Amino acid sequence: MLNRLTDTLNFQADALTLRSERQRLIASNIANADTPNYVARDFNFAEALRNATGVKSTGESTLAPVKLAPAATHGAHLGLNGQPLGSKDQPDMNYALASQTSLDSNSVDMDRERANFADNTVRYEATLRFINAQVRTLNTAITGQ
Amino acid sequence: MSMFKIFNVSGSAVSAQSQRLNVVASNLANADTVAGPDRSAYKARQVVFTTVPMGEVGTAGVQVTQVSEDNTPGRRVLDPKHPQADADGYVTYSNVNAVEEMVNMISASRSYQNNIEVMTTAKSLLMKTLQMGQSS
Repeated sequence: MLNRLTDTLNFQADALTLRSERQRLIASNIANADTPNYVARDFNFAEALRNATGVKSTGESTLAPVKLAPAATHGAHLGLNGQPLGSKDQPDMNYALASQTSLDSNSVDMDRERANFADNTVRYEATLRFINAQVRTLNTAITGQ
Repeated sequence: MSMFKIFNVSGSAVSAQSQRLNVVASNLANADTVAGPDRSAYKARQVVFTTVPMGEVGTAGVQVTQVSEDNTPGRRVLDPKHPQADADGYVTYSNVNAVEEMVNMISASRSYQNNIEVMTTAKSLLMKTLQMGQSS
């Protein structure tokens, strides 16, 4: 019974984790805008969310167990279930192509990164509001009138 | 919570950019320095940025790994009346290009502002995350 209450929050929790991962990634790109030979990185959010929640298509249930992506701070670290990290649970990183060639082979496009950052910020806040609204709904449901 | 890393990433970038601004300031200050008795004038300096991985995949900060000196010969001006003129009557100025330094300064200042904005946004998002689930 309690599962049924919290399952609705799990999807949003996954989305929030991935949004914060992406926010961190874009912040790294912006920080390295002037570093020679740096290659900008990003990941496909929709695909990563689909992998994290195990949802195959939009028709299926969105209620799935949370898969936390552990951090590899050492090359020999293994993930949960003994799998190498970055194989399944972590979003696949893509390299961004430079929209204009630069002399120092840096592929950060500041306009694109700023736009992505603003977009990700708004969507992160939206996810937060969804969570808050669901919590308020659950609170109303369990409060004795 | 991976968003806390943003402060490390953007903080390292801000500190690197301020070091770059510092170098630009000393270059501009020495733009008109002439060579002393040892015949070597001020040499323009440039910072070299390098990416520093910070734990997780895709988290990368910036670090100034070295400050390189520009070894092109300085501007030589014929001015025999100048107190620092050498035996041939030439005065050697520093090799600082003021236009390049101004461009460098504007670029560093813009990058600095960008990173500060990233930190401000991350902070406000984290504050909102802290208030998650509290009825308002």
